[in-house]
This record gives sequence, C-alpha cells and structure tokens, in this order.
Amino acid sequence: MIKIEHLVKNYGANCAVDDISFEVGEGEIVGLLGPNGAGKSTTMNILTGYLSSTSGKATVAGIDILSNPLDAKKLIGYLPEQPPLYLDMTVEEYLNFNYELKGCKLDRAEHLGQICDTVRIRDVYKRVIRNLSKGYRQRVGIAQALVGNPKVIIFDEPTVGLDPKQIIEVRNLIRSLGKEHTVILSTHILQEVQAVCDRIVIINKGKIVANEMTENISNAVEKSRRFNAKICGPQKEVLAELRGIPGVAYAEALAERDGDAITYTVESERGVDIRKKLFYRLAEKGWALIGLESLGMNLEDIFITVVDQSEQKKTRVARAERKPRRGDRVTMEREVGAELFEDAKRQREESARQDTEDDE
Amino acid sequence: MLAIYRKEMRSYFINPIGYVYLGVFLVFSALLFSYTTINAGSYSTSSYFTFLIISFVILIPILTMRLFAEERKLRTEQLLLTAPVTITGMVLGKYFAALTIYVGGILISCLNFIPLYVVGAAERAGDNMALTHIGPVTGEILGSLLAVILLGAALIAVGTLISALTENQLSAAIITIGVIAVMVLLNVFNRLTDSDGQPLIGSYAVRFVLDWVSVMSRFSNFSNGIFDYAALFYYISLAFVFLFLTVRVYEKRRWG
Repeated sequence: MIKIEHLVKNYGANCAVDDISFEVGEGEIVGLLGPNGAGKSTTMNILTGYLSSTSGKATVAGIDILSNPLDAKKLIGYLPEQPPLYLDMTVEEYLNFNYELKGCKLDRAEHLGQICDTVRIRDVYKRVIRNLSKGYRQRVGIAQALVGNPKVIIFDEPTVGLDPKQIIEVRNLIRSLGKEHTVILSTHILQEVQAVCDRIVIINKGKIVANEMTENISNAVEKSRRFNAKICGPQKEVLAELRGIPGVAYAEALAERDGDAITYTVESERGVDIRKKLFYRLAEKGWALIGLESLGMNLEDIFITVVDQSEQKKTRVARAERKPRRGDRVTMEREVGAELFEDAKRQREESARQDTEDDE
Repeated sequence: MLAIYRKEMRSYFINPIGYVYLGVFLVFSALLFSYTTINAGSYSTSSYFTFLIISFVILIPILTMRLFAEERKLRTEQLLLTAPVTITGMVLGKYFAALTIYVGGILISCLNFIPLYVVGAAERAGDNMALTHIGPVTGEILGSLLAVILLGAALIAVGTLISALTENQLSAAIITIGVIAVMVLLNVFNRLTDSDGQPLIGSYAVRFVLDWVSVMSRFSNFSNGIFDYAALFYYISLAFVFLFLTVRVYEKRRWG
C-alpha cells in the first residue's frame, strides 16, 4: 500500500532522514518509533506531501506523491503532531470544511455522523473548537483525518498530551481503524506501539535501525532470564542454596525487605527455565517463596540496545569507510613519522645528558 | 479552491476583521465623499478617489494580514497543504476571498454617489438654460471605480505575498503598510519642489522611474476622466506577479 524507497531529506547541512526504505501492506498498522528528532515527523510529512524529499521515492497505492500529489493526497488522511484546527470554527463547520476541501463524494450527513460516532465527538458537534479540551481537540483532529474515508491514515504522535483514559480510547480507536484502513503512527512511547501496531519500525538519527513484527519484539521481551524472588528464610543459607541450584548463573541478595522475606536477584543460564526447580528446592527447605517477578528486558531496554548498537555500527562503518591511502603517501608519512620519532629521541637523550651534567 | 474561498469568507465574518474593515471603510469613504464633493461644492470625484487610494495604505493590510500568517502560526496550513488541493488553488482561494470583501466594500460605497446625483438633478432643474453639463459625470465615475478595483486587486496581491512570508499577523500588517505606502506615494517625491519652484529630484530619469513604479501616477488619467487601458493592464500584471510569487514561496518552503 505504501512504499518508501531510499528517502533522503536534508535541511541545509542537517540530514533529517537518511536513506529510509520500508513498505506497509494493506490493512497493516505500523508504528514508527524513535527518540525525539529521529526523523519520524519528517518522514510522515514527506509521505503526506507537505514536504518534498531531497531524493528517493514515496508511493501510496502505486501513486507517486511527488509526481501526482493530488491523486495521492486523496488516499491519505493525516493528523499532524499539532492537530490543524481552526479554533474559531465549530466542530460542525470544521468537519464540513474538511469535507469540501477533500472533495468528498460520500453522503455528507451520514458520513460526518458516522465519523462523529467513531471518535465520539457528537456531544460537542455544535461547539466552538477553541472551547474544547485537549482530548476533544485531539479527537476532532482524528475525525478530520477520517473525512473522505481515506485508505491510508497517518497519525503523528496521536496520544501526546492526553490523559490515561483518553490514551486507551485513542489506542482502541486506532486498533479498530486498522481493520479497514492502513495505518501508520509515530510515537516515542514504546507501550503504545506494542499495544497497537502489527509491526514496528525503529528510526534513529534518520536511519532505520529495526523493522520487526511486534510479536518478535515481544518474544524477545518474554524470554528473560532474570528474576526477583522474595523468599522467607535466613539470608546466607538461602543464598548458598540458590547458588547451588543447577542452572543458576548468578544469585544476589538485595537490600529489600518485605516482612521477614528478603528479595534476591537470580539469573539463570542461557536457555534454562529455573522457576520450577527454584520452587521445589525452596519447598523442600521449608522456605516460603512469596513473590517471583520476571526482570526480563522490557521494550525500553530493547530500544536502547538497538539504538546503541546502531550508533556503534555507524562509528565502525565510518572508520571502515575511510578511503585507503595511496602507497607513496603511506611511505612518505612513515618516513616523516620516523624522522619525528628520531628527533624526539634525540631531544630526550640530550635533555637526559644535560640533567646528568647538571647533577654533576 | 472553492472550499478554501468559502472558508476564508466565513472567517472574515466569524472574526471581527471583516466587520472592522467594512465599517471603517464605509464610514471613511462616506465622510471623505461628503467633504470632497458636496461640502466642497464640486461635482468632480477625482480627489475622492485619490484620497480613497491613500486610505488603502492602512485598509488593505487589514484584509490581507491574516490570510497566510495565521495559518502558519496555528499550523493549519498543514491541513491545506496535505489536502488534495494545489498550492495555486489555495493561494487563489484566499486571494479571491480578500478581493470579494474589498470589491463588496467598494460597491456598497457607491451609495455615496446618490446624494451627488440628487444635488446635481436639483441644480439642473433650477437652471434650464445651462450650456454645460451640471452634475457628476457617470463615465468618469465608472472608469475610476474600475481602476480603483483593479488597483486594489494589485495591492491585495502584495499583501498576500507579505502574509505568506511572515508568521505573525502584526508584522505582516506593518510590512504591508510600508510596502503599499511606498507603492502608492512614490510619485509624491516628483511633485516636491525647492524654494525656486524647481523639482527637488533633478534627474528626469529618476522621476520617470518613480512615476513608472508608482501605482498612483497611473491612476491620475482616470481621475482626469481618461480611460487608460495600459494602466488596467499594469494593475492586472502586478496582481499576477505577486500571486505567482506567493505560490513560489510555498513551493520553495516545501523543498526547504
């Protein structure tokens, strides 16, 4: 449905998007994830035709956004980071304006009514947007993106500034939209993509560092090897016992108490599930296990790891990419270097000799 | 384009700006008209139109200042630029909305002419033997009206461009006032004389250029009752050039 190929966007000397390529299939919900300033919004702005790319190609349903913007824009509903609301209009006027602006052919009253029910703004339909709360404004912004029933819907940070209940509502809404539309959303909140998206594209400093199905990333999250266990019993003996369990790579007591229980961090060896063994062993000893909490990598850890890795890779690549020098220059440098080295050696010897002379 | 035109028209009357503009314009033009014609005992409308044009220095920026500056500040331009509308369509929609308010004001102000015709008719009735025409000259008024409308169309295009270049309504208004003041009043310098009655600007070439650039000097033919096609073409060209530049500003920003 959406195809982005080798997209590059430079702002002067600053490269905001650096050779990004990815595809989004029909009916897919894809999350663009990245820290602030990673190039998410720029990518979306290019995709919606608000900005032009420096190079590369973006197509929606096979239509190039640059060469045929009018047809491509008809297929896209866009909610920018800051919802583009005319504060002095009522919701009704605003949606009607959008209806006309997008040259919508659907039955007006029915279509707008449907949208209002979907995003639940019917009770503020006659009110002036200036007087609406942030949550309602955001929903009016979403409604705007839905006018004309576009095939592709693009949300730029749709839940920023909403309260937790509204966030859940908006996420559910996006999920339900995903049944009929192709959705791209950007966020820097990891739970959000995990909750909503089928696929996650992680962007950092204008480059894609990961493009994975959400399940895969979730699996990585679940295969954790570290636990916090709350165990009632004498600390030293418990610790010795824990370290004695086969498969335990590491155990340590934390300075955390809950009644007579002490919290221990236990790490298993790769590919071993020690939870059952742990339980039976403690039961044998008569020490109660009153809590077991998985400490596995959460999305934050994964995100940070991936971003860090990409940065390391980048510096490695930068070093590797340095052009090999021509042979004569290398020998010349070597000669110059040798000369300098000899000079330094001679100077050191001289000063040493002077020192000994002074001593004498 | 039509949707944007309608939206702009509506926003002129949701905001006080439309009312302020029309109110100020109509009151000012009515006062100006009564002072320059009936109170002065003259049927000539030339000074009325001349002063009216000078008032545009203040009035036209009111119409144009928020066209683009406000959209940019509130980021609503993102909606327009990602909608299936061309940039030209967007610029023209906004431009014609401003032009409609402007022309509407001018047309309503035509009511001002009625008293002059009434006075003229009364005077003619009392003086059957007059050999010359008594009362206002309709052809001169119509010609001047058309010229004023086209001159305004050019100045609104200037204001449109300046609004597209700024992010703040107030700075758009102030810059527009400055630019329009220069365009309208440039040829005033040509009339300045020193104590000996010699023109202050000695060089004929400079005076010629100032005259050529000034929108006012081209209007003088109309106020003298001459219908000047060249001037009309000049005003339309000016409007076209500035609208074209506005479109380019938006194109450029997209590539920025």
